[in-house]
Amino acid sequence: MSTTEIERQWTSRLRKSVVAKLPPDKMLPDTQPAYVASWIYVFGVTTMAALFVVIVTGCILAIDGPVWWHSSSLGHFVNSMHLWAVEIFFFAMVVHLWGKFSMAAWRGGRSLTWVTGAVTFLASILAGFTGYVSQTNFDSQWIATQAKDGINSTGGGAFFNVLNLGQMLMWHIVLLPIAAVVLTGLHVVMVRIKGVVPPFEEKSSEVSA
Amino acid sequence: MSKKPFRPDVDAPEYKGPYAPYDIIKEGTIAVVVVALLTVALAIVFSSPDEKAITIKTWSTAAPVDFAQTALSELNGSSGVAGYGAPYNNGGPSQGWGFLQPEHWLGVHIPINTATDFVLNPLESQPATPSLSAALSQWNSASSSAQTAWTTAYSNASAKMTFSGGEVKVPTTKAGPVPVLINALTQMARSGALDQALVTQKGFYTTNYTKPLLFLSDGAYLGNLADAQHLGGDQWGMMNETGQWPGQAWLWLYTFWYQIPPWSTSASGDFLVWGTMMILTALFILVPFIPGLRSIPRRLKIYRIIWREHYAAQE
Repeated sequence: MSTTEIERQWTSRLRKSVVAKLPPDKMLPDTQPAYVASWIYVFGVTTMAALFVVIVTGCILAIDGPVWWHSSSLGHFVNSMHLWAVEIFFFAMVVHLWGKFSMAAWRGGRSLTWVTGAVTFLASILAGFTGYVSQTNFDSQWIATQAKDGINSTGGGAFFNVLNLGQMLMWHIVLLPIAAVVLTGLHVVMVRIKGVVPPFEEKSSEVSA
Repeated sequence: MSKKPFRPDVDAPEYKGPYAPYDIIKEGTIAVVVVALLTVALAIVFSSPDEKAITIKTWSTAAPVDFAQTALSELNGSSGVAGYGAPYNNGGPSQGWGFLQPEHWLGVHIPINTATDFVLNPLESQPATPSLSAALSQWNSASSSAQTAWTTAYSNASAKMTFSGGEVKVPTTKAGPVPVLINALTQMARSGALDQALVTQKGFYTTNYTKPLLFLSDGAYLGNLADAQHLGGDQWGMMNETGQWPGQAWLWLYTFWYQIPPWSTSASGDFLVWGTMMILTALFILVPFIPGLRSIPRRLKIYRIIWREHYAAQE
């Protein structure tokens, strides 16, 4: 096989492209710009850490099925962890979002990083909502019967039936976690490729186009 | 190489300053450990709510008159679900705004006939008794005008409905088989059989609770319990939780619109709220591309607090 033939392989081309865009020292950096020196930067990684705890506790809840936690003190405790991890997740994510908005973190070719973060936030809201209507208790009964009106008004209720426990549970434990994890992964890769947005230049200047 | 003006809300200056050591793996590990420990602590101290689900049985036992009156509304087609419209039936106007009528466009996808699905089919699944069989036969063979006359007579007298001796009683003699049907359904509900009948009309296995939840939502019992737990729509209930636990606080903006006119007063309030939120969501996602909106952070200058050390070093 010739060198040219090897270079034309999809695998070779993909590897070269990935390494060119995201070399190891960018993916796993050991230094960062000195301006990254504020507590606000903690909330991005806190969001990811909370997502990790949410997924782990959700997996434990999944082992014995959706109603286990009603009759087991251990199950109830894991459910409590799941709830509080979700609360931390959203708190950290909202602070992270406001922080990034205040920095105009989309500057310097980082628009898609902002967009993936915003869409992850929306996917997370939907994931949280489907969790609330999958609790199989009074809360889920009430939330489902109220939420149906909003979703039905958009026409979406014809396909996304919040009163259908099986459908909501599958969205909650399969589709939306996959969406949240994939989007978060894309978001992090984009952050690593482009780096953390620099501070505003307060003097007028020009950049090369 | 061409030069173009620097756009401060789009372009970022090239950073040529110093770098500091950064251990990304250590940071991630510490974050996971801290969040896990914090989660455990919060779970131990605050636990989580788990208000038991109500059933048709608990509803009809605790509030038999409310149940029986709801059953009547399902039979005569005056209930909320009977007059809901899409996606359940063609019983009412769909929500929309101007030419935008997505609920109407998508039509009936989850067909619900409240008389058949909530009253008659469950009763027909019951072991036959002479009085119930006769009542069902009389109802099914009657003209719609006769059925309407019976339910109207029953409805007119239902303000004086009582429940005593295990039976629903309404002072009328002109309601045909309706008293027997409503009473039989109430008995069925109080035995727990209606809970099962509503979820098993399509076979052995089910994970779909659309019918019992819709039936529950038509009565006053579920709403009264929710209001007592500050979960009502006009109580910012969407972001509340049973007891004192935090709920979906991140839905504050969504539930905000339900508190103020015209969203709170419009017959298409849900559609207007969703429409408003979709527009705001689009703006949120597309901030980087919208002139004016993307300038807000630079004008607010909150970034000077975030990067205060950087700017202090420059001065």
